[in-house]
Amino acid sequence: MSFFKKLKEKITGTNESVTEKFKDGLSKTRNSFTSKVNDLVARFREVDEEFFEELEELLLQADVGVETVMELIDELKFEVKRKNIKDTAGIQSVISEKLVDIYNAGEEQMNELDIQDGRLNVILMVGVNGVGKTTTIGKLAARFKAEGKSVMLAAGDTFRAGAIDQLVVWGERVGVEVIRQSEGSDPAAVMYDAIRAAKSRNVDVLICDTAGRLQNKVNLMNELEKVHRVIGREIEGAPHEVLLALDATTGQNALVQAHTFKEATDVTGIVLTKLDGTAKGGIVLAIRSKLNIPVKFVGLGEGMDDLQPFDPEKYVYGLFAEGLEREEEE
Amino acid sequence: MAFEGLAQRLQGTLQKITGKGKISEADVKEMMREVRFALIEADVNLKVVKEFVKTVSERAVGQDVMKSLTPGQQVVKIVKDELTNLMGGEQNPIQFSRKPPTVIMMVGLQGAGKTTTTGKLATVLRKRHNKKPLLVAADIYRPAAIQQLETLGKQLTIPVFSLGTDISPVEIARQALKEAEEHHHDVVIIDTAGRLHVDEDLMQELKDIRELSKPDEVFLVVDAMTGQDAVNVAKSFDEAIGITGVVLTKLDGDTRGGAALSIRSVTEKPIKFVGMGEKMDALEPFHPERMASRILGMGDVMSLIEKAQANVDEEKAKELEQKFRTQSFTLEDFLDQLQQVRKMGPLDELLKMMPGFNKIKGIENAQVDEGQMGRVEAVIYSMTKEERATPEIINANRRKRIAKGSGTSIQEVNRLLKQFEEMKKMVKQMTNMQQKGKKKMKMPGLDSFFK
Repeated sequence: MSFFKKLKEKITGTNESVTEKFKDGLSKTRNSFTSKVNDLVARFREVDEEFFEELEELLLQADVGVETVMELIDELKFEVKRKNIKDTAGIQSVISEKLVDIYNAGEEQMNELDIQDGRLNVILMVGVNGVGKTTTIGKLAARFKAEGKSVMLAAGDTFRAGAIDQLVVWGERVGVEVIRQSEGSDPAAVMYDAIRAAKSRNVDVLICDTAGRLQNKVNLMNELEKVHRVIGREIEGAPHEVLLALDATTGQNALVQAHTFKEATDVTGIVLTKLDGTAKGGIVLAIRSKLNIPVKFVGLGEGMDDLQPFDPEKYVYGLFAEGLEREEEE
Repeated sequence: MAFEGLAQRLQGTLQKITGKGKISEADVKEMMREVRFALIEADVNLKVVKEFVKTVSERAVGQDVMKSLTPGQQVVKIVKDELTNLMGGEQNPIQFSRKPPTVIMMVGLQGAGKTTTTGKLATVLRKRHNKKPLLVAADIYRPAAIQQLETLGKQLTIPVFSLGTDISPVEIARQALKEAEEHHHDVVIIDTAGRLHVDEDLMQELKDIRELSKPDEVFLVVDAMTGQDAVNVAKSFDEAIGITGVVLTKLDGDTRGGAALSIRSVTEKPIKFVGMGEKMDALEPFHPERMASRILGMGDVMSLIEKAQANVDEEKAKELEQKFRTQSFTLEDFLDQLQQVRKMGPLDELLKMMPGFNKIKGIENAQVDEGQMGRVEAVIYSMTKEERATPEIINANRRKRIAKGSGTSIQEVNRLLKQFEEMKKMVKQMTNMQQKGKKKMKMPGLDSFFK
């Protein structure tokens, strides 16, 4: 299997432990999803209509979404016809190849964060309530600190009870300064303060927290736009990254979220959180193929280092590893 | 609006069939395909969708439709009935223990909204059930989770029991129950940490808390935006600790909320409350039949009426009604009315509850400008008492003065006066209708009024 070999070469060339983490974090995803694909392949000897119907259901249950699933199935059918695949033995690699394709179909990959030396880099964190913005900021801060960068956090969630304290605890844990005002104050003013503090202290990375908000609350989205604007006024080109935190258990609404937040704050990347549950994470494919926003990080657990850069190939490898290995043995 | 897409899609499909004299098996099949995709896009679990589609198709092609004079409408009815069934029939109130305190346990995944819901639930219990709740901070894991509950307690002036993060949640629960007895709290709400349903250690901890506190209710808090995985989560929590009900949060978002449909049908546990907003009293009982109406675009009139009843001063309402009847409705009353409506909550949410409103083109994007309402108020405030009572006397000079006084423009003053005239006309029509005893309330010109 050439695709599998290519993948393996890529992966052995990189950090083994990261791949392991991906496999561990995704084990629940993989167990349910891959084992089903295996079942499917085992049950069907021939690639026929019925096979595709079952595959369609499998993908729908993974939250991939009706439209994306239809596209994928159409392409798969075409591919199967073109390569003249008759039995299911060879289909698994075609499926994973297509999944990676869908993910890569958009523009050039921009999986890396735009962090440059010699300037104050500003990252703005946005998202709906309860997706894990503050936790992600804590993990990100730990990551930058480990890279030897000086980091500062801005407690911009002045609305939710205890949100500021939550960020302060993370700040203590990681050992970085948190700029804060009292609960209920204007988040834009917090950002203004934080940027001035970060400038005067020559900080490398400033990460700004914001309150969770449902994307259909117009006033709150306007407030977020203002925060974005204030940051841009203080530093040209900032925020350099606007990261949207998305909960992997979220269904089709994640698309609406990504769309609306992109309009308000020009989102540059997605952090897909809580991927260590049983949620299948299929929404990643839909978001990438429809909105062209790259996933930059995935949250794979509770620990400080459980935030990993997203790699579509590793992701798909995590989903299909067992199936692919079996194919190769045969 | 929750379920928006589902309503629209079903409406589109059903419109093709409504009014048809005869309905063929092919018609039903085509409709069901649309229903299937609509439900999947609404995040209803695939298995539930299949079951639903099967039941509806069977009934649709079966006897009761063929016999009926209007088979199209009959199908609409079947879809609505089945949808209501799926969501759990009648409304399900909270179970209080005969021997206080009633113990309620809040469980769920991270970020579902347990702590916020705990605060809301306490508010509701105090306001509507006259209870004296004690909140228990048993989330010792997430940073500042205890502070969050303590802050909420302070805001609501409801006591919070906490022992910091070094004591085990089981021990916290034990001591909290003692505290509740000593201080005569009749409800104890235990806010547990968010956890994955596959985390065995933490699930064991929940079992231990349950064993000890013998709760009367175990509420699973679920994010309304959850996708296909909702049933796995609900099933796992139910099997591990035995939930008694579900609270669906963040339903004030624009998610279609298919999770509501699936969880109930898979776990057979009722949805007891829905979280509808950021404010601490934004927790409402779940009404399956209302939600079904809403899904089918029939509007949520009952909720609207209840909201009005809770906020509108009855005396004033009677007075107003009298004025409506005698046509002596003035700008002063209009101002009063405006302020009462504002008390009921954000206008766009109210509008969405009105029947037929989602059929108006572009309404889903129409944002009611609350600032505009503020300007209207300013304009009226800038009028003399005489002008408010008899707007006819407002001439060009007076308009100029009013515009200046309210910091608006003459155009805005004109617009308000015109709107007021239209409203008077509308009120006239409405009161005429009521006097004729028509039950069906129509609101002519309402759309133009709000646009």
